[in-house]
Amino acid sequence: MTTAETHKSDGMTKDVIVFVCILALAGLQFLIAYQDISASQMFVRMLSVAVIEAGLALLFFMHLEENRGLKWFFVIFIVFVLLALQYGWTDSFRLTDGVPWAK
Amino acid sequence: MSQADLSIHGQVSRTSATEMMTAPAFSLSAKKMAMWLFIIADTATFAGCLFAYGFTRNATPNWPRPFHSITNVAVMTLILLTSSFTMLIGVRSARNGDKAKGFRWTMITAVCGIMFAGLHLKEWMGLIAEGATLFHNPWGTPLFSSMFFSITGLHLLHVTGGVIALIAVGLRYQGGRYNADDLEITGLYWHFVDLVWMFVVPLVYLLNLAH
Repeated sequence: MTTAETHKSDGMTKDVIVFVCILALAGLQFLIAYQDISASQMFVRMLSVAVIEAGLALLFFMHLEENRGLKWFFVIFIVFVLLALQYGWTDSFRLTDGVPWAK
Repeated sequence: MSQADLSIHGQVSRTSATEMMTAPAFSLSAKKMAMWLFIIADTATFAGCLFAYGFTRNATPNWPRPFHSITNVAVMTLILLTSSFTMLIGVRSARNGDKAKGFRWTMITAVCGIMFAGLHLKEWMGLIAEGATLFHNPWGTPLFSSMFFSITGLHLLHVTGGVIALIAVGLRYQGGRYNADDLEITGLYWHFVDLVWMFVVPLVYLLNLAH
């Protein structure tokens, strides 16, 4: 086997492993859906699995692991957006539970 | 330091500055950078939509859980994840100079996308037959079907656009007008569509599964 062929085969092996991991994680999400746990616990578990899945796809399918600068740009932007969205989150609890100081 | 040395150093520093200013951002080609910027912006769009869904679901008492079977969504997920892998094979083949294989796997990816869209429409038709529309559903709050059709519809729109792009770019790649880079850029978009689905499935389908 030539060096180029070895590289090709290595790359493909890595892709297959990542693909199988993503499939297994997707399967895990379906298993979590049938667990007898509260909706909030289910939400946290499913979201954690989804984040790992998405991370694998970003790093290896979209080759983000090869570009350090872009990887950090992406991570910082997304974290900022997600944190900014949290600003309104507590309002949804207020709608159901009422304003804590409105007594 | 002589005048000659200074001019040589001046020349070198000017060249470096020019190189720095003309070097592509993150060492990416302009096309690939544009796709990444689109992906980043679209990630924010979907994050906003899913956040709005979470907000509404949390703030609505007696949120309906109408899904009894996950078979269809499981098959859809399998098809979409597999299509990401076939796209990867296509891009890798194109990078290795195997044009026929690159084109073939891109078209297989497009077929997977069409199958996914078909199953998605089947899912929609089932819900519509049960009486769910954008502003009404038989299970309680109409916000459920508004959110469901909006989020999955936005994703379906992305899949449809992706299939069209895959076919168009694939054919042009086959015809020699586009190269492996163009195929890779379309692949980036396709992986993104797959990535969004990884969040839509648990949040919109699995959390609304009837127990």
